[in-house]
Amino acid sequence: MTNPTKLSTHDLNVFYDEKQAINNISMAIESNKVTSFIGPSGCGKSTFLRCFNRMNDVIPACRVEGQIMMGDQNINDQKLDPVLLRARVGMVFQKPNPFPKSIFENVAYGPRIHGLVSSKSETADVVEDSLKRSGLWNEVYDRLHDPATGLSGGQQQRLCIARAIAVSPEVLLMDEPCSALDPIATTIIENLINELQERYTIIIVTHSMQQAARVSQNTAYFHLGHLIEYGATKDIFTNPADPQTEAYISGKIG
Amino acid sequence: MVPATITNVFSLTVVLFLTAVIVFFIGKSYIVSLSQSQGMRPHSLRHYYGIYAAAWTFIPAIIVLLMWTALTQPVIARLSQSLLLDAYPDMNSAMLQLRLAQLQNISTGLIVAPDDTMRLIADAHAELRTYANDLKFVISLLVAFAGAGFAIRQIKPEQKARIKWEGFLRRLFFVAAAVAILTTIGIVSSLLFESIRFFSQYSMIDFFFGTHWSPLKAFSSSGGQSEIDGVVQGSFGMLPVMAGTLLVAFIAMLVAVPIGLFAAIYMAEFASERTRNIVKPTLEVLAGVPTVVYGFFAALTVGPFIRDLGFFAGMDISAQSALAAGGVMGIMIIPFISSLSDDVITAVPRSLRDGALGIGSTRGEMITKVVLPAAFPGLTGAFLLGISRAIGETMIVVMAAGVSAQLTANPLDSVTTVTVQIVMLLTGDTEFDSLKTLSAFALGITLFVVTLMLNVVALSVSRRAGGRY
Repeated sequence: MTNPTKLSTHDLNVFYDEKQAINNISMAIESNKVTSFIGPSGCGKSTFLRCFNRMNDVIPACRVEGQIMMGDQNINDQKLDPVLLRARVGMVFQKPNPFPKSIFENVAYGPRIHGLVSSKSETADVVEDSLKRSGLWNEVYDRLHDPATGLSGGQQQRLCIARAIAVSPEVLLMDEPCSALDPIATTIIENLINELQERYTIIIVTHSMQQAARVSQNTAYFHLGHLIEYGATKDIFTNPADPQTEAYISGKIG
Repeated sequence: MVPATITNVFSLTVVLFLTAVIVFFIGKSYIVSLSQSQGMRPHSLRHYYGIYAAAWTFIPAIIVLLMWTALTQPVIARLSQSLLLDAYPDMNSAMLQLRLAQLQNISTGLIVAPDDTMRLIADAHAELRTYANDLKFVISLLVAFAGAGFAIRQIKPEQKARIKWEGFLRRLFFVAAAVAILTTIGIVSSLLFESIRFFSQYSMIDFFFGTHWSPLKAFSSSGGQSEIDGVVQGSFGMLPVMAGTLLVAFIAMLVAVPIGLFAAIYMAEFASERTRNIVKPTLEVLAGVPTVVYGFFAALTVGPFIRDLGFFAGMDISAQSALAAGGVMGIMIIPFISSLSDDVITAVPRSLRDGALGIGSTRGEMITKVVLPAAFPGLTGAFLLGISRAIGETMIVVMAAGVSAQLTANPLDSVTTVTVQIVMLLTGDTEFDSLKTLSAFALGITLFVVTLMLNVVALSVSRRAGGRY
């Protein structure tokens, strides 16, 4: 079953100064599915991911050329305000990065700066809802005003997910969200990703091929800035078309 | 007789050092041959045995040399003094000092002896010095050889030369740290003892809560003041002086904190790498300007400028005002605040900025809502350090704030500060143990306690920041 396209890139090229990091990638991301990006370190998968919410704008040396369509809008258009885009395309980072504020304030931050809430009770509702959807509510409901940095690593990462979904994004980008976590916390996050996919389109960069197999319906294999192979996860892992992909997933390179 | 060129402390040190170098090689080759003949691997690397022997050669000898040098001069002086007293029995102490100096000059050949007695004594004096010098040479070399012999006899493969040497280094570093700490303790206790002497003569309550400061009038018993034990009470009330200090520091911080902080935010968040590399060092040049230069800038430029402004506004403002001194002091403190704040802001991890931007914060929201709160403890530390500098600053206020001790909150008035009063009390011709000079120590320790508390607060606040993100 194929879902409608949520995001698509057309001849996307990314440069760091003169060095080209992404070569002519055109691909379509299905909505309400989990798409995983795999590939060896330095293959450009994270750079590519960061194109979808224009986080590469932050890096002065980085230049993104080509089209990224979200609906009928080219989100790589320099006239488009990345601030508004980032509310629609949320991001979860490799290292849990809660703000040095309370748990409540972390989640309330996004809705507040985007003017999504106008009263205290509304804010509290959004915070509760987001924490419930990220599966953290039962662990923190009685200490919402404690500092977020006191949470464990896995809890912090789920808090970051709650923070991202509090602004009701359409897409969630996850850049190796479990690489700093232990196996138990990883399992919890993976289950969470399965639940979240009902409401959000999720793209996840991961170094763990087992994780890609577990959580994603589609998988893209990148190598040296090229998209080598892209298709349904079960096909990629059982019957890869490209010898490079096969070498990577069978552990011969990477 | 050993030539004087070798017996002076410097060349003797060189001689001892060279000896130690030779002993180093002896020790090193000795352990090599020992371990070969005994077929046993030495515990430490070879050169540690050399260092061990060299240290035993050099260090005891240099200690003996320095002590000998320090002690000979007074011993010889004492001996010649007794010679002089025998020769000239009825001499007062001034004459004795004169003759001792004469003796010194005669024996070095600067002047000719006035009479035979003097010449005889001078000869004896010179002979003593030569003797002492020779002895110094011989003894320090003997100690060096004894040390070398002792150490080399100790060397054997199972001896832990590296551990011994490291133990010595550890003690050396400890001594260096102890010197710094002991000096501080010495300074503080001298402040403390003089303050206790002051407070034994003057009421503590009157000092800390009195509102009248006129130490120069303390001993002219004008009417209206009470006397206790012959000392006029009511002349050493430090409140107006402390108030002046706080007023000037407050004005300084009013200038330095916004400018310093905003400059830091600009440098950390907005400036390109190139601009930052120019702006930051330039701002830090401000920190290198001697405070006396700021002082005459305040006294000759800013002060008169404020006076002229006031003149046009119809106000009578003195050229010496809290505003002039505080404003210039603020400029002086800007680089401290901006540099420290810049470090603190830059230390906020990238991941937090990414998180804020990734959820759709504008740059301004990121800075005010995430970066600055995260940096807050460090910023507080920077501000408190700035305040304690402002409170302790002396030269600018001496030149630009004035000397009149009045209890005022008006920045256009001329005020005086604790540091200015200490300068006034301790410079010039004053008898050292009058109540007036002692009061300077009481002021000093008050100032010390205030800045110490600020520093402790600053440290604990920024330490609490550790590991927060």
